Amino acid sequence: MTTQQERRSGRRASAARTDAGLPGWVYLPALIGGIFIVLPLVAMVARVNWGQFWILVTSESSVAALWLSLKTATASTLLCVMLGTPMALVLARSRFPGLRLARSLVLLPLVLPPVVGGIALIYTFGRQGLLGGTLEVLGIRIAFTTAAVVIAQTFVALPFLVLSLEGSLRTAGRRYEAVAATLGANPTTVLRRVTLPLVLPGLTSGAVLAFARALGEFGATLTFAGSLQGVTRTLPLEIYLQRETDADAAVALSLVLVVVAVLIVLVTRRRGSEGVV
Amino acid sequence: MSRDRLFSSARLSVAATAALGLLLTGCGSSGSGSGTTTAGSTSASSGSSSASTSGSSTASSSTAAESSTLTVFAAASLKATFTELGETFEDQHPGTTVTFNFAGSSDLVTQITAGAPADVFASADVNNMTKATDADVVAGEPVDFASNTLTIVTQPGNPKGITGFADLTKSDLQVVVCAPQVPCGSATEKVEQNTGVTLAPVSEESSVTDVLNKVETGQADAGLVYVTDASGAGDKVSAVAFPESTAVVNVYPIAALTDASQPELAREFIELITGPDGQQVLEGAGFQPAP
Repeated sequence: MTTQQERRSGRRASAARTDAGLPGWVYLPALIGGIFIVLPLVAMVARVNWGQFWILVTSESSVAALWLSLKTATASTLLCVMLGTPMALVLARSRFPGLRLARSLVLLPLVLPPVVGGIALIYTFGRQGLLGGTLEVLGIRIAFTTAAVVIAQTFVALPFLVLSLEGSLRTAGRRYEAVAATLGANPTTVLRRVTLPLVLPGLTSGAVLAFARALGEFGATLTFAGSLQGVTRTLPLEIYLQRETDADAAVALSLVLVVVAVLIVLVTRRRGSEGVV
Repeated sequence: MSRDRLFSSARLSVAATAALGLLLTGCGSSGSGSGTTTAGSTSASSGSSSASTSGSSTASSSTAAESSTLTVFAAASLKATFTELGETFEDQHPGTTVTFNFAGSSDLVTQITAGAPADVFASADVNNMTKATDADVVAGEPVDFASNTLTIVTQPGNPKGITGFADLTKSDLQVVVCAPQVPCGSATEKVEQNTGVTLAPVSEESSVTDVLNKVETGQADAGLVYVTDASGAGDKVSAVAFPESTAVVNVYPIAALTDASQPELAREFIELITGPDGQQVLEGAGFQPAP
């Protein structure tokens, strides 16, 4: 409890110091940048047909798309945490030849256009792909299923979690771990009782980023998973399709997606600041 | 003290990561919408080519009679034929450059009504041309210049032995079609109504290219695409024609636009497309004449 308060007051003090040292001209480009981000959102909100809004966003296809998006993004975020946490630990704490190459490869989905990721996934998990034959023998079909959506989302979201957590692990340092080890804690205890609590903010923000990225995933899903209501047509795909015939519906659904994303960021931020940070 | 620094730098790195991530997501998702990408990149290239054209015109204004750029917004399915005909047009009109923006017809209508500079619009269906005429961006009457019908495509050699439309309902087949919201999907829906055969597709794609791609990559056993898409894909797919397709004809209209900077060239380009040269190229790609 006391450490929490100490940290919080420390944070305030450091923020105050930054304010004092900031040159005044920085505020102008910062303001322009802020407007650049906010203005398109305002323009979109201004285009919403409020009279029809509720009918548009509660249509059967919209609700199916929103529900599918939330389900798949949650599933892929869990997968990202389960796979990404060990990956970040290995990248931040171990030494082996090819570590830098491994890190570059892990971050590859970040720089790949999602449609390229989708093509790569087709040739991996697709019916004629690298693993497709084996999966077919096992009776597992991935193409055109919700599992394909989760795979696509996990593929593009994983680097966000790894990058975020690895950064936290590096800045947290190893001193507390070393102390715990000298006091007789075994590696698993150190990981569970020292390392992970220490980097929990990084893990949380990484998970939020991964969830947001999964929620917005479009290109890889469209290429790899297809588009069918309730099965593979997530909210971004539904928006893209609605745009063809009903611009009002597309705008209304876009707003829903923005609101969901903002809510997630707000909720996790608040929880983060009340908790560990 | 050092702990404060430690935590603030941790936050900083997380924030930087977040910023980087959002930046890259932005780049990625703009590249993922195939329609938008085509539009963006083509309009960018049209911008640069018009810049270079104007540059060369000032440099060689004493020798060349005139130098001008005709901008044509055309449906994605016209890419091969219109690119070829654009070169023909440039040969017939020395000093003229034809730049294209190929995308989904509804994307093009949106861009044109939003003020994108274009001289000619060629739509893949009457519906989207009507949207353009309703928005008062079309000069004069649109002219129908080609038509297209649906065909079944399968993996090369038709391994599942599909012979007709009704075969697509077989339970062991993975069939992919266009969503009813896009022209190829509404044509598919009409064939279903005409034949009384209801398909259970595993995916309803938002463009005909996506349907073709799912069959080409072996994800799907069969799909419904336009005859021209099937012939454009060569031996990567096998086409299975079905008699019921002839009842559902998708008509392609073309029109000059009210804001055209080159109205005379626009008229001549439309004449080329509707004339014998244009019709021959279109027929070669599998298009049928306008009804």
